[in-house]
Amino acid sequence: MQTSAVQDNWLRFALKPLVFIACLIPFGLLLLGTLEGDLGANPLERVTDVTGQWGLRFLLLTLAVTPLRRLTGWRWPLRFRRMLGLFVFFYITLHFLTWVWLDQELSWANILADIVKRPYVTVGFTAWLLLLPLAATSTRGMMRRLGRNWQRLHRVVYAIGGLGVLHYIWLVKADLLQPLIYTGLLVLLLAVRWRPQLIKRRLSVGGLINVR
Amino acid sequence: MLIKKATDIKSSEITDQRIYARRREFLKAAAALGAGAIVSGAAPAMSKSKPEPEPQAKPDWARTPIQGVVDTPYGEGLPLTEYEHVTSYNNFYEFGTGKGDPVRNAHTLKTRPWTVMVDGECEAPGEIGIEDVLSGFTQEERIYRLRCVEAWAMVVPWVGVPLGDLLKRFKPTSKAKYVAFETLVDSKQMPGQRRAVLDWPYREGLRMDEAMHPLTILATGLYGELLPNQNGAPLRLVVPWKYGFKSIKSIVRISFSETLPETTWWKLAPGEYGFYANVNPLVDHPRWSQARHRLIGEGLFTRKHETPMFNGYADQVADLYRGMDLAKFY
Repeated sequence: MQTSAVQDNWLRFALKPLVFIACLIPFGLLLLGTLEGDLGANPLERVTDVTGQWGLRFLLLTLAVTPLRRLTGWRWPLRFRRMLGLFVFFYITLHFLTWVWLDQELSWANILADIVKRPYVTVGFTAWLLLLPLAATSTRGMMRRLGRNWQRLHRVVYAIGGLGVLHYIWLVKADLLQPLIYTGLLVLLLAVRWRPQLIKRRLSVGGLINVR
Repeated sequence: MLIKKATDIKSSEITDQRIYARRREFLKAAAALGAGAIVSGAAPAMSKSKPEPEPQAKPDWARTPIQGVVDTPYGEGLPLTEYEHVTSYNNFYEFGTGKGDPVRNAHTLKTRPWTVMVDGECEAPGEIGIEDVLSGFTQEERIYRLRCVEAWAMVVPWVGVPLGDLLKRFKPTSKAKYVAFETLVDSKQMPGQRRAVLDWPYREGLRMDEAMHPLTILATGLYGELLPNQNGAPLRLVVPWKYGFKSIKSIVRISFSETLPETTWWKLAPGEYGFYANVNPLVDHPRWSQARHRLIGEGLFTRKHETPMFNGYADQVADLYRGMDLAKFY
């Protein structure tokens, strides 16, 4: 299905900027809360939690693009994938900077020690490191230059997803419900990717989609 | 031209004081709603969704002052954590695992009548009602630092009675080496207990000398008033030199025992939480450092504070642990 020029313009000049602004809302609310001194009893905990959670949510949205296209045949979700992926990088970088600057107070010896000896920090930090090359090669030019290797490189996003949920599972004290919900969604999205026929059949039996 | 006189303005047109006080939330909600509406055109659907119940400390009319509270020198001069934070930022998993859950959910707890069963290694086992605790002992104000194992801290003006004074009434025998405590189990009153997040009932324990120590209190209130439910009403332990999870809430049972009692967090993750759980900046939690803490109520950019040994009560309690390897008995 080819998008017409009208549809294309609408996507590029209306929908995309709006989605961009929407993706900034969680950040905007944190900024507003910071300026007003209204981030609750433990502002550091709030900022760490919000940035980490939204990083994971955008990661799941990014990973949902391809399955959505396969299940529905729509092509337009693809146009948002780069933006969503870069928002993962944006929120996880904020999450990382919050930790380095406000939590660890730029004490590099402690930061290094924590990365080495605390497993949830190790996997979280690794996930952020892995995001760097993906963000750096997100441009059209880099896609062209890397050719087939681009796709190979960007498969790292699956590992980042796994590390992200592991980081969350390992840091909670007792209540695993939230991190397990993220894990479940991640597994589901990967399953749709690798076994699309299976999921399609399930959904069509449930009357949720029409199999073409 | 029609000019309205001041008297023409109906009182209903003037913004209510309570709504005025909440204006920032309206602005924020409006901003979020507006932005959402542009994206999805879903504004009507969004506004129909049930509003989140306002996390709110007890309204003024429901707050009950405790009569005859006696001042003590404990914690004189320490800057207090705001009442609002003390009563809305709580770890009380019986009402949910989020810090804001207890203040929203704890209204289902019925704190009258309330009795505590006292049994085990003692000559006079029995029960004591909350009214007897309030009327039978001098209620003292104790301003204590509270240090959570999660590396944040508060300063709370508790009202309570020395635990030792109460325990003596039940005449513990020479076999009583430890004191064990239990929280109420009732998932109707404590909705968080519907999920097995912890092994209910919540259990805690102290060595006998820790329990008899003058710093250890059973708290009946804070800020001069009866404890709000989310803070462990009607009766909770406060042991200021130990991490907050030792200070068990909504106690229904106290037992003297000869053997080391099992305690909730210690049994859940023995590598992370010990029986003693003394505040100790030198012994890290395996997942985070205990050297410093954040004081509740301070801003995002305020630096952390150094955590003192035994939470600043070393002069009074260090002797209890003389000769013990505190890295081993954490």
